[in-house]
Amino acid sequence: MNAKIRESMADRIFIGAIYIFLMMVLLAVVYPLIYIVSASFSSPAAVTAGRVWLLPVEPTLMGYTTVFKNPDIIRGFSNSLFYTGVGTFISVCITIMLAYPLSRKSFYGRRFIMMLLVFTMIFDGGLIPLYLVVKNLQLIDTIWALLLPQALAVFQAMIACAFFTTSIPEELAEASEIDGCSDMRFIFSIVLPLAKPIIAVLVLMYAVMKWNMYFDALIYLKSEELFPLQIILRSILILNVDSSANIQETLRLQGLKELMKYSLIVISSLPVLVLYPFVQKHFVKGMLIGSVKG
Amino acid sequence: MEAKSIFHSAVRKRIRKHWQLYFLVAIPLVFLITFKYVPMAGVIIAFKDYSVVKGIYGSEWAGLKYFQYFFDSPNFALLLKNTIGLSIYGLIAGTICPIVLALALNEIRNARFKKWVQTVTYAPYFISTVIMVSIMILFLSPSEGLINKIMGLFGADAVNFLGEPGYFKSLYVWSDVWQNTGYGAIVYLAALSGVDPQLYEAAKVDGASRFQKIWNVDIPGIMPIIVVLLILNIGNMMSIGFEKVFLLQNQLNINSSEIIATYVYKVGLLGANFSFAAAVGLFNSVVNFILIISANTLSKRFSSSSLW
Repeated sequence: MNAKIRESMADRIFIGAIYIFLMMVLLAVVYPLIYIVSASFSSPAAVTAGRVWLLPVEPTLMGYTTVFKNPDIIRGFSNSLFYTGVGTFISVCITIMLAYPLSRKSFYGRRFIMMLLVFTMIFDGGLIPLYLVVKNLQLIDTIWALLLPQALAVFQAMIACAFFTTSIPEELAEASEIDGCSDMRFIFSIVLPLAKPIIAVLVLMYAVMKWNMYFDALIYLKSEELFPLQIILRSILILNVDSSANIQETLRLQGLKELMKYSLIVISSLPVLVLYPFVQKHFVKGMLIGSVKG
Repeated sequence: MEAKSIFHSAVRKRIRKHWQLYFLVAIPLVFLITFKYVPMAGVIIAFKDYSVVKGIYGSEWAGLKYFQYFFDSPNFALLLKNTIGLSIYGLIAGTICPIVLALALNEIRNARFKKWVQTVTYAPYFISTVIMVSIMILFLSPSEGLINKIMGLFGADAVNFLGEPGYFKSLYVWSDVWQNTGYGAIVYLAALSGVDPQLYEAAKVDGASRFQKIWNVDIPGIMPIIVVLLILNIGNMMSIGFEKVFLLQNQLNINSSEIIATYVYKVGLLGANFSFAAAVGLFNSVVNFILIISANTLSKRFSSSSLW
């Protein structure tokens, strides 16, 4: 209270300005999001006529039913669930397999491997050589093209390594070694149970990355039945392509196509949005572990 | 010699004892080597006339021919100008905005309001690039878009934002700011909470105003983090944003939206001109490499924060 009274006029104006600034930031971020959700529940006529401002106008679920009638979207959605699930599993496994040994001081060669990791952050072979590697491994147009090349993220490995270094004391490993516990057994019965927080962080970071991944599918995949959701979204939302004749029929209704875009945006962001409160907590944690090290 | 062999046998013993750890590391290392280091070696195709039939090693040497093509091509100046212009613009806005947000949030004592702002501003980070670009296209549409609708309220004429090369850079950068500022602020907020409280006490005793506290305590306090993140971002300068630029590109704005990354994709993968595209890509990587090394050296000299 005391401090408040002593606060000068200028300071009070300053803090008032900060509140106003933050309110404006809040509004600038929230309004487009509310608009999209509201538009997705409005009638096609209201969307094309621009009568939606804040709340849904003439509420319907037409946008959503149109989306669910499109077989491409359904297939893309289930493909993306597959790529996200399996891809995240592979990524988390190999990240931990790399990060834990690197966190052990007694591991000979850790500095060399660390250097190998850091170097990939500052120099990159480029798109074409990587494409040729994937091609020579005959992964083009297979599900593996989306699962393997990006499986290991160096930044995530660094975060995990920092976590293991700070939270699993070297003495613990030494003590169990004296008791005749093998490294494998130590990992399964001590390290993994203690690593739950970092596993949560890794799972969420990789899952969001993989759900949103687009470029790899663009360059490696040709068969439509393998396409993840993001590729389907691009053809509908950005290129304005409709592959199935059936949908074209329905979309002749003026405005339904515009409406469907809003619904599609909401649906495709749903898996991440549902997780958001949970994801946010863990993302922040991961970022902070990362920055302690950096 | 004696000491050396003792050292070797000690190392061998240690490796043998922890063979399980080496076994574990081997698998991710295979990934790292296959998808990071083999492509690095693969850049030699930039110096060869790569043909699919002969393979990388069987193809003839071409010397610097493809680099010469690139430097002589009329696209070179344009690509370089667009790539660098977009990066620097993005780097400046993308560095300053999260810092301003973090400094503002740090002044707020109302914990609930603070948490609200943080949660909300962080959310757009999770939107995929494809969705982000779709939202932009919907909002910026000259006929039905929200932005033109709002501008119409003030009597302005409809503008085809995505069709005007002049708007491209700003659209790209400010949509990035919209999406990533909340995320970027997290690190700075954490750094701000680590500033020594004694410094605030001292500032108070000296009668510093809030603004002076920010300027003289907060900003110097988070300077090391700012420098480190800046170096990292400079290192990524030439390589950021293929996806978004590519998706925002259209025939009308191509003059300001064609960057090196999109050009490599088109020439190399769509045009199957592998050696030429690899040369362009290598040029990009080398410029990147030089940038990050120089940024790090400069920062070591002037502020003693460095990446390695």
